Amino acid sequence: MSRVFIALQDNENARFIVEAIGEDNPEAEVKHSPAMIRVEADDRLVIRRETVEEKLGRDWDTQELQVDMISIGGNVDEDDDSFTLYWNS
Amino acid sequence: MSVRANYANYRGPVRDRVENFHGNQLVYVMWERHLLFCAPLTFLADPAMTFDAFLAEVLTPALAPHPESEALDFAEAQWRLDGEAFTPRGDASLADNGIGHKSQLRLITPRLSDLADAAI
Amino acid sequence: MNAKTSKRLNMKERYRIMTRDLGWEPSYQRYEDIFPQEGFEGIKITDWDQWEDPFRLTMDNYWKFQAEKERKLYAIFDAVSQNNGQMKISDPRYLNAVKLFITAVTPLEYNAYKGYARVGRQFGGVGARIACQMQSIDELRHTQTQIHAMSHYNKYFGGMHDFPHMFDRVWYLSVPKSFFEDASTAGPFEFLTAISFSFEYVLTNLLFLPFMSGAAYNGDMNTVTFGFSAQSDEARHMTLGLEIIKFILEQHEDNVPIVQQWLDKWLWRGYRLLSIVGMMMDYMLPNKVMSWAEAWTMYYEEAGGALFKELERYGIRPPKYADQTVIGKDHVSHQAWFIFYQYGHATAFNTWVPTAQEMDWLSEKYPDTFDRLYRPRFELLAEKAARGERFYNDALPQLCQVCQIPLAITEPDDDTLLSHRDTVHDGERYHFCSDGCRDIFHHEPEKYVQAWLPVHQILQGNCGGADMEKVIGDYYRIEMGEDNLDFEGSAEQRRWAAWKQAV
Ligand SMILES: [Fe+2]
Ligand SMILES: [Fe+2]
Ligand SMILES: [Zn+2]
Repeated sequence: MSRVFIALQDNENARFIVEAIGEDNPEAEVKHSPAMIRVEADDRLVIRRETVEEKLGRDWDTQELQVDMISIGGNVDEDDDSFTLYWNS
Repeated sequence: MSVRANYANYRGPVRDRVENFHGNQLVYVMWERHLLFCAPLTFLADPAMTFDAFLAEVLTPALAPHPESEALDFAEAQWRLDGEAFTPRGDASLADNGIGHKSQLRLITPRLSDLADAAI
Repeated sequence: MNAKTSKRLNMKERYRIMTRDLGWEPSYQRYEDIFPQEGFEGIKITDWDQWEDPFRLTMDNYWKFQAEKERKLYAIFDAVSQNNGQMKISDPRYLNAVKLFITAVTPLEYNAYKGYARVGRQFGGVGARIACQMQSIDELRHTQTQIHAMSHYNKYFGGMHDFPHMFDRVWYLSVPKSFFEDASTAGPFEFLTAISFSFEYVLTNLLFLPFMSGAAYNGDMNTVTFGFSAQSDEARHMTLGLEIIKFILEQHEDNVPIVQQWLDKWLWRGYRLLSIVGMMMDYMLPNKVMSWAEAWTMYYEEAGGALFKELERYGIRPPKYADQTVIGKDHVSHQAWFIFYQYGHATAFNTWVPTAQEMDWLSEKYPDTFDRLYRPRFELLAEKAARGERFYNDALPQLCQVCQIPLAITEPDDDTLLSHRDTVHDGERYHFCSDGCRDIFHHEPEKYVQAWLPVHQILQGNCGGADMEKVIGDYYRIEMGEDNLDFEGSAEQRRWAAWKQAV
């Protein structure tokens, strides 16, 4: 087992993205530090477009994540509906 | 091993050849476990200079900021030269003592104060 | 065709059309003539089409998102300058970290821009070329935004006025400069392994995350904003770094030992380079976020551990000497600050003995080392300074031939003995700070014999003569008494006090 993580700027968008992550990944752990929010999980973390759109109340393109993301740990798999971080090992 | 380059026989210039120091050479000195000096020191010296002159004119002023420097007695000290035990001859030149360009001397002295605990 | 549908073309399709389909098979020139550097490092690529870009970013979207990032960033810069942002920082000592940043890190961004522009041209695979092109543009953006962010502080504080000049000349800046030039003069695959993977994937988190969080915590809005804006590109660069390593390893088993040797080399080089960041975190941030040792545990041991476990399947083992970094995390930040403190007459920033409260924080964070080794040193220095004998070391330090850092780091198994290794190559003696640096030299001696070691250059007379005041003032352009020396009694301290009174 290994931890994957994503770090986001602590801003208006991120607040809703983190809320969406929490809903889709109940095991995920959220850590706050100055200006930054870090979300960690074991082996896998998924961000779903539909959930984020519901939280934000508007259309959201998974590639928009690039504007708010600061760092990631894990392999990335991205398509139109989701953004996934995972380790194989 | 040898560098894997984009063309055959790649070599860079040896930037610190003794010829580049205008008749002088480099000598490094580490005063072992005296970490007020963050690193060993680099000195420019004439290879014809005697070892005693090197101690008096070059090394002593550089070590002066250390609280133990006043009590430092080179006659009591042990030396290592490039990793080997070494007994310097004070009246012989650096060159005749076998102190070459970019040789490192280590000065090992008995501790004189309680600064030793933190290796200062 | 309906515009809405074409816009909704799925991401994979769009990426194929806008990226892969831009390439073509050469018909009248030989492949080796078009990509002359692809082969000499010994890396074997059998099929460039296996290259994966997980972000599937196309140029049109790239411009769209980058423009969005810039709009947000410059709005903050305006707000900071319109609100006297320089007065909102926690403590004027904090700004010294920013001075170190613009002289040491911003020029690396510029070198990264040049590096990716160069290596991108050298790859036969179109996916790799496009990724390098975007990254090259990103790195130029980082250079520019950092200069813009800090230009506001440059109006009020010293030490930032000549950063590109200093980068090429000043002794401690030869550490980052030689690091990057080592990568830039390597072949294209080693460059990506060095910068995209070892530096960006494994190590930049240690630079940007705690440090930028620290900037926020010390009231420096400009730095945290450019830092996180740059870091949003960095997340993409990191992914490229991981993909390139997996791609090279999957292409041919002969690539595995070559990559392993590069990882051993570049993680060691990166680790040494980051001692400077450790010192920034532990000594230069008045309000502290986390210690260097904590950051190393979190971002190298934990995150790096997961990564190397993932790479095991390809036959890759964790980098050589990783165990020494774990021992070193309790020492390097102190040892680095101690170098700068005693050569503080030759730095473009102020140095100081930590306050009593700061020392207590260090004792708490470094229970095994600080009180035993480092506190007594700082107390002695404080005493000397109180007697009017502030310690400046007038003798020059011995440097490592590879990392160019003074030999100020202790043996992994003896923390009161300075670590030193040497070797004789072609009749000439060379000195190193560690087994790691000596191994790097032995692997490519023809490269490192030519290292431009600042101390030796001064002693050859190549830096404006034998008078150190002239070297510092004229050759480095560090203004004596204005940019350098102890914070106590400095021009910065006086100006800050006057501004605070005026408010
Ligand atoms: Fe960058
Ligand atoms: Fe980058
Ligand atoms: Zn080294």
